[in-house]
This record gives sequence, C-alpha cells and structure tokens, in this order.
Amino acid sequence: MNFQATWFVLWSVLWAVYFTLDGFDLGAGMLQRFVSRGEEDRRTVVNTVGPVWNGNEVWLLTAGGATFAAFPLVYASMFSFLYSALLILLFALIFRGVSFEFRGKRESQTWRNGWDWALMLGSFLPALLFGVAFGNIFEGLAFDANGWQGSLLGLLNPYGLLTGVLFVLLFIEHGALWLAFKTSGGVAERSARIAGGAWYALLAVAVAFLVYTNFATHLYDNYTNQPLWVIAPAIAVAALLGVKLLGRARRYLWAFYSSCLTIMAVVFTGVIGLYPNLIPSSLDPAANLTAYNASSSDYTLRIMTVVALVFVPIVILYQLWVYRIFRTEIKSDDAVYEDDSYSVPRKAA
Amino acid sequence: MDVLTLSRLQFAITSMFHFIFVPLTLGLVILVAFMETQYVRTHNEKYLRMTRFWGKLFLINFALGIVTGITLEFQFGMNWSEYSKYVGDIFGAPLAIEATAAFFLESTFIGLWIFGWNRISPRLHAICIWVVAVATNLSALWILLANGWMQHPVGYVLQNGRAEMVDFMAMVTNPYGLFKFGHTVLSGYVVAAFFVMGIASWHLLRRSNTDLFKTSFKYAAIFGLVAAFGLALIGDFSAVEVATAQPSKFAAMESIWNTQTEADYNLFVIPDTTAKTNSVETAGLPDFLSFLATGDFEGQVTGLNDIPANEQPPVWATFVSFRLMVALGILFAVLTVIATVKSVRNRLVNSRKFLWIMLYALPLPYIATQLGWVVAEVGRQPWIVYGVLKTANAGSPAVSLAQVTSSLIAFTVVYGLLAVVDVYLLFKVARRGPDGDLDHIVKTPTTLQGA
Ligand code: HDD
Ligand code: HEM
Ligand code: HEM
Repeated sequence: MNFQATWFVLWSVLWAVYFTLDGFDLGAGMLQRFVSRGEEDRRTVVNTVGPVWNGNEVWLLTAGGATFAAFPLVYASMFSFLYSALLILLFALIFRGVSFEFRGKRESQTWRNGWDWALMLGSFLPALLFGVAFGNIFEGLAFDANGWQGSLLGLLNPYGLLTGVLFVLLFIEHGALWLAFKTSGGVAERSARIAGGAWYALLAVAVAFLVYTNFATHLYDNYTNQPLWVIAPAIAVAALLGVKLLGRARRYLWAFYSSCLTIMAVVFTGVIGLYPNLIPSSLDPAANLTAYNASSSDYTLRIMTVVALVFVPIVILYQLWVYRIFRTEIKSDDAVYEDDSYSVPRKAA
Repeated sequence: MDVLTLSRLQFAITSMFHFIFVPLTLGLVILVAFMETQYVRTHNEKYLRMTRFWGKLFLINFALGIVTGITLEFQFGMNWSEYSKYVGDIFGAPLAIEATAAFFLESTFIGLWIFGWNRISPRLHAICIWVVAVATNLSALWILLANGWMQHPVGYVLQNGRAEMVDFMAMVTNPYGLFKFGHTVLSGYVVAAFFVMGIASWHLLRRSNTDLFKTSFKYAAIFGLVAAFGLALIGDFSAVEVATAQPSKFAAMESIWNTQTEADYNLFVIPDTTAKTNSVETAGLPDFLSFLATGDFEGQVTGLNDIPANEQPPVWATFVSFRLMVALGILFAVLTVIATVKSVRNRLVNSRKFLWIMLYALPLPYIATQLGWVVAEVGRQPWIVYGVLKTANAGSPAVSLAQVTSSLIAFTVVYGLLAVVDVYLLFKVARRGPDGDLDHIVKTPTTLQGA
C-alpha cells in the first residue's frame, strides 16, 4: 500500500474512533436532563463522562491535525468551505467543555440549570453538525477549479439534514446505552427505556439514509465495482440489530459495544464509498480532492506514519487503562457531597 | 475593513485570549505537582489542602485553556486556507504531533487526577499530575516549534507550488523554536509564581491560614526566582537569534534606523516613524547593542532604512512592547529575589507593604506575556512565514466579509462572557480559601482499583 492509501485509512480510523468515543459523551450530554430527576441524578450523568470526555475530544483534534499534516488541501478546503458550520460547532464544543468544570462551582440551581442547558445544546449541535458536514461531503461540495461556489443554506439540503439526524440518533442510542450500564437506579432505567425507544427511530432513519444515499451520492459506485466491501454496511446493520437484541436481554454493556461497532461501521461505509476522494466536488469531478492530489509529500507522510504507528497504540493503551479504572458503576454517592467536580480524596495511609 | 484585516484581528484576539490561560497552566501544574509530592512523602495534611486549593484554581483556568485552544486548531483552515495549503506539508506535522503526543496524555491524565482521588493510590495520583505537567510542557514544545518555523523557516524546499518538508530534524532542532520554547515556558512559570504569591499575599494580609499560605508563597517564590532569571537569560539568547534570523524585527524592537557597527544601547528612545529616525536617543551604554545583537561589541546591526519599505514591521508596537517586556522582566527578577529572601527568613507576615506589592503585581506577568507575543508576531509582519509567505497572501478566498464579521463579533462576545465567568469563579474560590474542603474527607469505604 502506498502512503496516500495508508493515510486515507488512518484518516478514516481517526474519525471512526472519534465518533465512537465522543459519541457517547455527546449522547449522554443530550440526555442528561431527560434521564434525571433532580440534582443528584444530573451530577451522576456528568460524572460518568467527566473523567473521559476530554480524552475523547482529543481524537477530534488529532483527526483535524492529521488532516492538516497529511492532506493540507483537504484541511484548508473543508474548514474554509464549511466556515459558518464549524464556527457554530466550535462554540458548541466550547460551552460543552466549560460546563463540566463550571456547573458545580456555585451552589445555585439557576446556575447549574444554565450550564446543563449549555451541556445539552453543546452536545446536540456537534452531533447534528458533524452529520450535516459528512452528509455534504458524501454528496460533494460545491467547488470547482475557481474555488468555492456554494452557500451556507446549500449545506442544509435534505440529504445533509438526514445525515445530521442519523448522527444525532446514533449518539443518543450510544449515550443511552452508556448510561444504562454505567449508572444504577432511576437514571439507568430511564436511559434503558430511551435506548429501547430511540432504536426504532434510528432504524427508520438508517434505512432512509441507505436508500437516499443511492440517489444523492456516488458512494455506491465503489461497492458495485468491489462487491466485497459490502461487508462494512452489512456489519453496520448486523451490529444495529445486535444493539436491540442485547438491549432487550438487558445486557447493556454488550449492547454498548455493539453500538460502538455500529458507529465504526457506519463511518467506514461512508469512507469506503468515498475512496479515493476525501472531498468530492458536486460541480466538476476533475476538481475532486483525492488522497492522491491533496496529500502531503511522501517524505512528510512517511514521518507522520511513524508518528502515528508509535503514538496511537500507546494512546489506546493508556486510555483503555483509564476506562478500566473507572469501569465500575457510577453511583450517585460518588457525587453527593461535592461542590465541584472533585470526588473526595482518600487520606494517604 | 476587508476579510484579511478582520481575520488578522480575529486571530490576534483568539490567540491572545488562549494565551491568558496557557501560561498559568504551564507553571501552576508544576507547583501543584510539587505540593502533592510533598503530601505523599510527608502525609502532612497541610500539603493535601494546598494541593486541593491550588488544584481547584488550576482546573478552572485549565478548562478555558482547553476550549480556547480548539479554536486555534481549526482557525488555520478556516481563516488561513492559502497559508495552510502553502505550508501544510511541513507546518501540519508539529500540530498533529502535538495532539497525538501531548494532548492525549494531558487530557487523559487530568481526567484521572480530577476523578481519581478515591480510585487510585495517593502515589499514583501524584504521578498523574506529573504526567499532566510533562504533557502540557510537551504541547508547548510542539506548538512553539511550529511557530518557530514560521519565524525562521528551515528544513524545506519550495516545489510543487508549496513549501515541502525535506528535513524533519531541522525543524525539530530549529534553535529559534527551541529558544522560543524555553522563553515561553519560563514566562508561564513566572506567571504562575506571581499568581500564587499574589493570592497567598492576600490571605497572609488577612492572617487566614497563615501556615498554609506561607508555605505556598515560599514554593512560588523559589520557583519564580529560578524562572525569572532563566527567562531573562533565554530572552537574551532569543534576541541574538532574532537579530540573525529576522533583522527587520530586531531593528523595529530596538528602533534602529541606520545600519551601524559598535552600536550603543540607548536607555531612552523615542522613534519618529515619519522622519525615519529617533527624535530622542540618550543614556547610551557604549557598544552594548552590538553586543546584545551579535555577542560582539563591534558587531554590525542592520537598520530599518536598509530594509525595503514593504518588508518593515510596525515600529511603535514592536518597540514599545519589547521595552516594556524587558523592563517588567527586570522588575520580576528583583521582586522574586526579595520574595525568596523574605519567605526563607520567615519575615513575610510582618512585611505588609511587600505583601501589598505582591498582590498588585499579580497581573504584571500576564501583561508581559501578551507583550512578548506582540513583539514576536507584529514584529514578524508583513510576513506570515518570514521571508517565504506574506500575511496578505495567506487568507481564505472562500470566506466572505459577512462570515468573518459575524465570527469576529461572536468570538468577542462569547470570549468576553467566558472571561467574566472565569474571573468571577477564580475570585470566589481564591477568596474562600482552603477552608471546609476536607470536612467530608473519606466517609465512604475506600476501594483501590486498577492501581
Ligand atoms: C506555550 C504554550 C502554548 C501555545 C503558544 C499555544 N498553546 Fe494551545 N495549549 C497549551 C499550550 C500552548 C497548553 C498549556 O498545553 C494547553 C492549555 C490548557 C490545556 O489543556 O493545554 C493548550 C490547549 C490547547 C488545545 C486543547 C487541547 C485539549 O483539548 O486538551 C488546543 C487544540 C490547542 N491548545 C491548540 C493550539 C494552537 C493551534 C495554538 C497556536 C496557534 C496554540 N495552542 C498555542
Ligand atoms: C498563544 C500565543 C500567541 C499569541 C498571543 C499570538 C499573537 C498573535 C498576534 C497578536 C498576531 C497578530 C499580528 C498582526 O496581525 O500584526 C498573530 C498573528 C499570527 N500568529 Fe500568533 N500568537 C501566538 C501563537 C502563535 C502560534 C503558536 C502560531 C503558530 C503555530 C501563531 C501563528 C500566527 C499566525 C498564522 C498569524 C497570522 C495572522 C496575522 O498575521 O494576523 N501564533 N499572533
Ligand atoms: C528580561 C528580559 C527579556 C528579554 C531580553 C526578552 C526577549 C524576548 C525576545 C527577543 C522575544 C522575541 C522572540 C521572537 O520574536 O520570536 C520575546 C518574546 C516573548 N517574551 Fe520575552 N524577554 C524578556 C522578558 C520577558 C518576560 C518577563 C516575559 C513574561 C513573563 C516574557 C514573555 C515573552 C513571550 C510570551 C514571548 C513570545 C514568545 C516568543 O517569541 O518566545 N519575556 N522575548
């Protein structure tokens, strides 16, 4: 495999891992108000993602940074073409990020409510906007040799919006399952109920998406040429069914794993259809940005490959270790006497 | 105003805002790590209370550092797409490495530190904060190597219509970047030292928790002393580096109009940018400027009149910022010496005047760091990558005036709001002091997992 293809794969993996990991915090953030009855529940939900959300978000920074280093043309185009959408995304992530730290810093219900709203919107908007952005990329963006010809409103087309809704529902399902196995009592029950119900909506939207994709994009061309790749959408569908079966059996942890697999497979379904394009043009196929015409030099790609192969496995190892430390159920006890996001220290023996 | 001007303003506002939080993070994490290490070694509860009090302030600040950093990461593509295309082959690498090698460590271990008090052993808990300390400083290394490359591009060739990397090691060992790293990181330590000394002074003036704050003050004073002297030293090395790599910036920093050898260092200078000379120039230290620029009292210093008009940076901003930064640097060296002597001799509580001074000195290092960036960035203009690409050619053609106008307004409003909340919370937590925090220490049976 040449470096361009290698980096296309790495690029896809980074996005897939990002959506899988941040997906459940975004989902939990969206659901926080709906699965809680009172402050203790809300604090519990925040504490389930508190230790890990930042580490998850860095996968986005890495995906962004890797795009810059490996495909500068894609980074430059994607970020400037989608300027306004990204701006809203940024503000949403900013408010979500500070809400974790700030919500507990004042003994006031109004204050906390305010930050809980910030958390909800700050989780909902990124889910929606990432979906809209990727939907538009699947369709192709409106640019040609002379640059950007599109408009902000053009991005809000039906297929883009449908992909947005797909992402929102994927993350809601994902977050609900996370809460169902991470918490106990009322929060867990309500989350499980939401996971059960949202699944039907997700299924309907996923089917609509798969059908609409045939008309709105060229993603299926690669599948017609190489039918073997159908394995990716097949895994997505099977994993989605698995989510339901495992959820019904109240095996929420396994249902969550199945949901991880669903999200990964959805991302791969999209990028396999894109290959070798990273950003197709909807106006002129000659302007398509591909892994071959938009990449960095071989020298840079080689350096970056070494960096990725050394660091990414290490990152995965220590992140898994941290997940293990926090693997036990989060009880509301973990939160009762906090005025901030600390838990209580243990005396050195 | 056009898209370019607004994009520049937006970059300046968002990066300077990020750099309000960054320096404190860089330095305070180390002080907190020392405090927690002391706790683990001595089991003295005072150190635990110190760790948690300063740790709380650290985290409030850290949260804003994180969220404002994301903006910068996106902004190169959003507002500077021509720049990103032209230099992405070499400039993207350190940014990507920063995320993979530093941000992951930092974010993962800070999560463990915040939420791990009950889940891991005290020893491992202290190690976590050290990992965070190393990681934040590593992140500074990579971003400053990136910035160092824009100041003094190395290890590239211009081909295929862009700058392509040919020597990664040249970028990593770029002396400009390494000096920048040393200088910037130390400036962060000074910020943190004055932050801790300032708040400790306030409590000492009120005689609340005297013991705890005396110890905090002492740690910060010693840390600040080492940092302030190191800072001035590396600042001096940086100046030599600037004079070699960017003569136009050096000329603007010192307001030198005519190329000269055996140049004097004038303490009082008033530039006259229309007449292209200095209207006042007195109190000269003979040949000293040549020495500063070249390490040789007879060295040659380039003047602005020998630099093409369209390659000259704004003189006033660069010059004034540099003078003020250096003056503040000298002041910090003096103050940290006094602070160290007084706290080591245990004379703090009765030196009320000095405590007042240290309280009011708290914002000064913040000002100095902002001035430093003005020197570095305004002084580099009109280049975005010195000698390679002009700022005027680096913007995003796809972005409209309406888009940048609205984003600039949005950033100003949102950041203003965040600043208000941040200052409010810092004040609240700083004033309350460490009392009450440990009232409910360990009521739950403790479980040791995964450690
Ligand atoms: C000298 C140090 C320094 C400088 C010049 C910069 N940063 Fe920064 N940055 C840090 C030092 C730092 C830090 C101390 O490591 C932070 C502050 C709080 C934190 O979590 O890490 C950080 C956070 C931070 C984050 C959030 C990381 C996370 O989510 O954990 C991003 C994406 C950036 N920065 C990106 C940038 C970019 C693109 C910059 C240049 C334009 C930049 N920073 C300048
Ligand atoms: C966080 C610390 C930093 C601060 C406070 C800062 C400050 C500034 C300021 C004030 C300008 C505007 C100069 C002008 O327009 O005259 C500027 C420009 C710029 N800086 Fe920095 N800078 C920082 C770090 C960096 C770093 C680390 C990089 C690169 C990795 C960088 C890249 C740029 C770019 C691309 C511009 C171009 C926009 C322009 O010229 O206006 N900056 N910065
Ligand atoms: C004591 C004498 C000092 C000297 C001789 C000095 C020298 C310098 C020089 C030459 C630069 C420009 C480097 C460039 O253009 O790339 C610079 C930048 C800077 N200075 Fe200073 N400085 C001093 C004190 C301080 C102090 C007290 C602080 C803050 C506490 C500070 C913070 C900074 C920062 C943040 C930058 C921008 C980053 C960089 O370019 O390294 N400096 N300094």
